[in-house]
Amino acid sequence: MSEATITPAMLSTAEVARAYREAKAKRAKRAGLLKHVFLIVTSLIMIYPLLWMLASSLKPDNQIFGDLGLWPREFQWQNYWAGWNALPVSFTRFFWNSTVVTVLSVIGNVISCSFAAYAFARLEFSGKTIWFALMMMTLMIPYHVVLIPQYLLFLNLGWVDTYLPLIVPRFLAGDAFFIFLMIQFFRQLPRELDEAAMIDGCSPFKIYWAIIMPLSLPAMATAAIFSFIWTWEDFLGPLVYLNNIEDYTVPLALRSFISSDGVSQYGPMFAMSILSILPILLFFIIFQRLIIRGIAMSGLK
Amino acid sequence: MAAVTLSEVRKSYGQVPIIHGIDLAVNSGEFLVLVGPSGCGKSTLLRMIAGLEEITDGTIAIGDRIVNDLPASQRNLSMVFQSYALYPHMSVRKNLAFGLLNLKMPRQEIERRVAEAARILRIEELLERKPRQLSGGQKQRVAIGRAIVREPQLFLFDEPLSNLDAELRVQMRVELAGLYNRLGTTMIYVTHDQVEAMTMATRIVVLNRGRIEQVGTPYELYNAPANLFVATFIGSPKMNVLAGTAAGGKAEIKGLGTLPLPDAIRSDGAISIGVRPEQVVIGGAGDLRIEGTISLVEYLGSEVFLYVRVASGETLLVQAPGQSQYKIHDPITLGVSSKEAHYFDGDGLRLG
Repeated sequence: MSEATITPAMLSTAEVARAYREAKAKRAKRAGLLKHVFLIVTSLIMIYPLLWMLASSLKPDNQIFGDLGLWPREFQWQNYWAGWNALPVSFTRFFWNSTVVTVLSVIGNVISCSFAAYAFARLEFSGKTIWFALMMMTLMIPYHVVLIPQYLLFLNLGWVDTYLPLIVPRFLAGDAFFIFLMIQFFRQLPRELDEAAMIDGCSPFKIYWAIIMPLSLPAMATAAIFSFIWTWEDFLGPLVYLNNIEDYTVPLALRSFISSDGVSQYGPMFAMSILSILPILLFFIIFQRLIIRGIAMSGLK
Repeated sequence: MAAVTLSEVRKSYGQVPIIHGIDLAVNSGEFLVLVGPSGCGKSTLLRMIAGLEEITDGTIAIGDRIVNDLPASQRNLSMVFQSYALYPHMSVRKNLAFGLLNLKMPRQEIERRVAEAARILRIEELLERKPRQLSGGQKQRVAIGRAIVREPQLFLFDEPLSNLDAELRVQMRVELAGLYNRLGTTMIYVTHDQVEAMTMATRIVVLNRGRIEQVGTPYELYNAPANLFVATFIGSPKMNVLAGTAAGGKAEIKGLGTLPLPDAIRSDGAISIGVRPEQVVIGGAGDLRIEGTISLVEYLGSEVFLYVRVASGETLLVQAPGQSQYKIHDPITLGVSSKEAHYFDGDGLRLG
């Protein structure tokens, strides 16, 4: 074809192409719709227990198990007030206990595990490989295996019925998972930073404190978040070491709502359960910003 | 300003020796460039001087102090790294001041030095920025600034321009040379780029496999290379090397003919004859006439490089004026003057 003219044949080709494009767009739209419906339904199934708990915290006891709906017929706000004071000791005390144990555990874990990780990632010392292997092996030992020997140890130390067994081990870099997480992060930081700092007159501790730690906020925040969640919701540790209701943490206190004589206050219990997850949510919201900010700090070269 | 003296300095990683006993005297106020191919040990040597790498044997002295056991921070030196190694979480001002704060210097003095360095390097308006907000050239300036605020007696540079693009590299090269002229402090500079070495150095140290091949001014290295390695390493494009056999004041070059040797060259046996591309004469004038065919033409504007395939099967590199009009597959006659060539014995050592 020497001249650029539009022939009927070409026109029909263009129409076919347009029809094809439209059909394709329609199909894509339908597939997108199906995908969204699937995702929304799955999400609702996943979140249902949480919503059910929230709804139950606002229902009278006799409606909780008889009605699986998510909207209470009447709102029993007093469940929260009743729950807070339902036990011989108020929940103010339990939240305070949990906060003390959790905050100290988080601080202990982040400081001690990052020290250990820094040593493994950056310092040279004899037997480093063996120590590292030993540390990694502790990851494979289930908590329940060491529970009894640990209990006997703390019993001999006279620490049972105190918070020490729940807090002190956190300051001794006992959690290999966090150490490993931080080692992996530290290894990504260029060694030239350490060397520049050495020339700038930093000791190994100063390098950790002034260079490595500020650059490792994402790893520290991740460790802090997990440490917070795991300690806050820890049931077994407090159950084993704390016998006095005055010392109970929130999970132990929640367990006290279910009495052995079968008379349980489910509404207030669910109300307190809802309150017990709020700190985790709050902590996550605050610290996940650090993770994002940390990622934005990369771009060294 | 301080002189640096290395005596029998060795470095091994386990059983593997990396640096084989280096003796080197760096004069006070000198711009010494360590150059060599990858893995020759030049960065290791620099890091040993810096105190970032332990030495296996020997002594390193800065000024009249032996610094073998001194930590890096007490050697009174500054180092500029290839990756700049700026602290990403600190502003430019804090990056510059960090080392001085560690020295517990008075705040006023720190401010004075930071301002002075910023002025010299023209980074005053960048002082409050974070490293990630800087371009490559600006980061490099800050890295140099961090080195000069300490006012050290020795500067160490570890391939500082490698991460920059070609244009910026040329610009920074000029600025570094200017900085050296201004400060006059002893500088030791590691690079694998021989253009950097040739243009900036007072003296160059050519390293190969953990040994010094030659120490000299750029002029000496180019015009009187001590051995074949230096001859072929220094100079871009590379020197042509023709293998031959010397006997009775003449060298028989396989497939190409005979070249009379200058009087100073009294050697029999295997000989290597080095001719730089600009020393090959187009047209055949000289003591050895070589016929060949052009296999590649590289036009650079100011000059043209011709790859000429000769009878022996080798390819000679020839420099021609930029205005010349050569084409691939053209026949060409070359000439080599025995006076201009470099001669090396069977072990690669310079003759004459």
